[in-house]
Amino acid sequence: MNVPIRRLLAVVLVLFALLVGFTSNWSVFDAAELEAKVENKRPLFEAQQIKRGRILTRDGEVIANSKRTGDDENFQYVRSYPLGSLFGNPIGYSFITQGTSGFERAENATLTGEENEFVSILDQIRGRRRQGSDIVTTLDASAQQLATDQLEATGRPGAVVALEPDTGAVRVMASTPGFDPNRVPEDLDQLNRADPSVLTNRAIQSLYPPGSTFKVVTAAAALDSGAATPDTVLSGASPQTFSGVELANAGGEQFGDIDMRMALTNSVNTYFAQLGEMVGPETLLDYMGRFGFGKDPEVQLPDEQKAASGIFVVDDKRGGFKQVDEGFDIARVAIGQGGEEGEVRASVTQMAEVAAAVANGGELMKPTLVEKVIDPDGRVSDELDPEVQSEVMSEETAAALADMMTSVVAEGTAAGLSVPGATFAGKTGTAEIDIEQDIAQPWFIAFAPVEDPEVAIAVTTDPCAGCFGGEVAGPIATAVMSEILSG
Amino acid sequence: MSARNRELLGLIPVAGLLIAGFAAVFVVRRDEVADASLVFGAYFFAICLAAHVFLRIRLPNADPYLFPLVALLAAIGLVMLYRIDESLARDQANWFVVGLGLFVLTIVFLRDYHVLERYRYLIVVAGLFLLLLPRVPGIGAPVNGAYLGVEIGPLAFQPAELGKLAIVIFLASYLREHREVLVVGARRVAGITFPPIKHLGPMLVVWGAAMLMLVFISDLGSSLMFFGAFLALIYTATNRISFVIIGLAMFLVGAWFFASTVDHVGDRIDIWLDPYQDASGTGYQVLQSMFAQADGGLFGTGIGESLLYAPGARETLGNTLIPEVQTDFIYALIVNELGLFGGCGVITIYALIAARGFKIASLARDGFSKLLAAGLTAVFALQAFVIIGGVIRVIPLTGVTLPLISYGGSSVIANMVLVALLLLISDRARRPDPEAAS
Repeated sequence: MNVPIRRLLAVVLVLFALLVGFTSNWSVFDAAELEAKVENKRPLFEAQQIKRGRILTRDGEVIANSKRTGDDENFQYVRSYPLGSLFGNPIGYSFITQGTSGFERAENATLTGEENEFVSILDQIRGRRRQGSDIVTTLDASAQQLATDQLEATGRPGAVVALEPDTGAVRVMASTPGFDPNRVPEDLDQLNRADPSVLTNRAIQSLYPPGSTFKVVTAAAALDSGAATPDTVLSGASPQTFSGVELANAGGEQFGDIDMRMALTNSVNTYFAQLGEMVGPETLLDYMGRFGFGKDPEVQLPDEQKAASGIFVVDDKRGGFKQVDEGFDIARVAIGQGGEEGEVRASVTQMAEVAAAVANGGELMKPTLVEKVIDPDGRVSDELDPEVQSEVMSEETAAALADMMTSVVAEGTAAGLSVPGATFAGKTGTAEIDIEQDIAQPWFIAFAPVEDPEVAIAVTTDPCAGCFGGEVAGPIATAVMSEILSG
Repeated sequence: MSARNRELLGLIPVAGLLIAGFAAVFVVRRDEVADASLVFGAYFFAICLAAHVFLRIRLPNADPYLFPLVALLAAIGLVMLYRIDESLARDQANWFVVGLGLFVLTIVFLRDYHVLERYRYLIVVAGLFLLLLPRVPGIGAPVNGAYLGVEIGPLAFQPAELGKLAIVIFLASYLREHREVLVVGARRVAGITFPPIKHLGPMLVVWGAAMLMLVFISDLGSSLMFFGAFLALIYTATNRISFVIIGLAMFLVGAWFFASTVDHVGDRIDIWLDPYQDASGTGYQVLQSMFAQADGGLFGTGIGESLLYAPGARETLGNTLIPEVQTDFIYALIVNELGLFGGCGVITIYALIAARGFKIASLARDGFSKLLAAGLTAVFALQAFVIIGGVIRVIPLTGVTLPLISYGGSSVIANMVLVALLLLISDRARRPDPEAAS
């Protein structure tokens, strides 16, 4: 009877192997799928019991905090936002039922102390409860407050982004109208329906025609590729015909034969349209790419809350937006506008990156919101380590551009603006939205001080009648810059 | 080294596991467990040592590995119960005292276990009576639709646990006597060997009993366990694989028939196939088990670190996230807290016990001993398979306990008697041959 007994053991071992197989499936191979099931409330319960790290401003003011509620075993943590709506965008919110958004979502792993299996084993041995790390952001509360106040004073939706040119640190990212994340648990539906939208982060999620601020990109491409020099003289007469359609300067102003400095200072459309044709679409696209166009800005925000700037065919009827890389009217794209075959659209963050690249001698630094990460033991586990995103242009090109942008604010379209105690350089933009009703999108990009730039900025607001970039966006930019420089 | 010294060495890992496990739970849940509760582990280990000393005196030649493996399982169970609720660990340790009492009584009074053969019909009647006891109105009540438990006043027990011993003893004895005729009288029809009609009767009776269990007890898992043990025994006795195939086919046909006619059995199968169809109702239990395992991962959350209750829920046993966590679903908690490695460890211990059990069967010198050891081992292994398999959705969920790990007196007592019988058989088989010595 010993043969059947041995076979019985084999059968039992096969059955037990089946048990090992199924256990592996549920606990390891299929685990991610099971954790994602809506029927599975465990991840929610567990998230409630993790002390989420705090989010702080650069100066240590608390933007987001987790408060413990409930009794010993059944406690849970609830998020609160002491600064209210000030950082609703870009920080977002994190609640068990409503989910996460913004920076809270993008940095969820750090904030919840997510670790790999082996590290968590070590923590178990040390008997530690999982806890998130604090994140000190690069954000500046007083400058953010000022930017928000100034935007709100215009009465129109708008956005401000200020960067440190040499580190990429985001000092201000303001979007109005904003929202108070503390209201999310009760009022998310209402916030979702608000018009104009309050949950949209206009600084990085919305794309606008950049108008004449884009001339900085065209000029950079022309100078750096060698298609032109600062002394290249072209006709500034208005109007001139491009692609069979007349193009005029702002207010129909006439200029004679002028060089690039003169053209940028006075934002001469016809000069830059010709310059665009000299550069050509391929080179322009190349330089746009170097500035960051064509892909989402690399800052720590969720992909679905970022938009890539570029040249788009806009189909307003279908609400469609399609990026194109050929067939567009190079002359009109070169002045930050375009036509049916493609028009430029840029986020405020993208235009701030343009200003920052010029300010930083042609090197674009990767924008970041994280100054440092402090682990639950109080150690700094990660720190801002400036990273070059791309070499946009040579130092000479950047210096020449900075020089031209300085004369924009000294004697050109932005004359009359000033940053107390500092030199600054800038470029206005007034993108035509409706020529007959004189409705335009006001823009301003700038950096200061010119000698050793500490801040680069971009500002825009929704279009308005008779608005000029230098008058609407310019004063907001200089106010925010001087706040940052004095801080 | 003598067998008993090896057994004593084998108890060292048990002590280590108890110390580490109780210390871990104590550290993690210091707020909730009393300092004195730490002694439950020591208490249990003292029982193990007492059993070892007893074996040293009474069964010096018995298999040295079986008892330490059994103690290891019990220790794992005790640690997990301690983690769930300290009073469960205390009760379980007390049950082991009772279990050890029966273990000792079995070894003392059944020194010659062949007497069991003489009372086989009495034993099988008692076994069937025990199995059907839960259907007696007033004392039996369905749990999740299955009739497995009996409550008489404050005393609750699962008669099937003892019933399985009775059935296996009967089958071993019956087949020892009839194996020859079953083989000799067999006919080949269409390439399949059928047992002789005359002797088919008892087989049909056992099959009928399994089907009756399916209908009366409404539990697919336990009838599978009984019928599987029966097939294992008939195969051991006759070495005819065709008998097993015929039996299996009969069982499947019967199971299919009752699954489509008995609501509870059919429901269990539907849930098994798709637990999401009623995720908050009938599919809830097995889904919670799967989610708990997913939470465990490779290494588990650590003892005492998993989420036993939903935040805000009242912390009573009926309220745990994994339902029936101290009995049927204890394996899900083990995987949750000790991970895939912990789960595999438990399965490995069962496999090693099965290996020792079958080893005892193959060393045994007479037919009854061989069949009894093989049957007891098979029923023990199948019980582990059936309940773990139900908890991890290999087969439909069922209501038996996880042997030696789950909380519960009848399970502990029955399995201690089962182990005592295996050790008795082993001691007799390994005893130095008196004739050769003289």
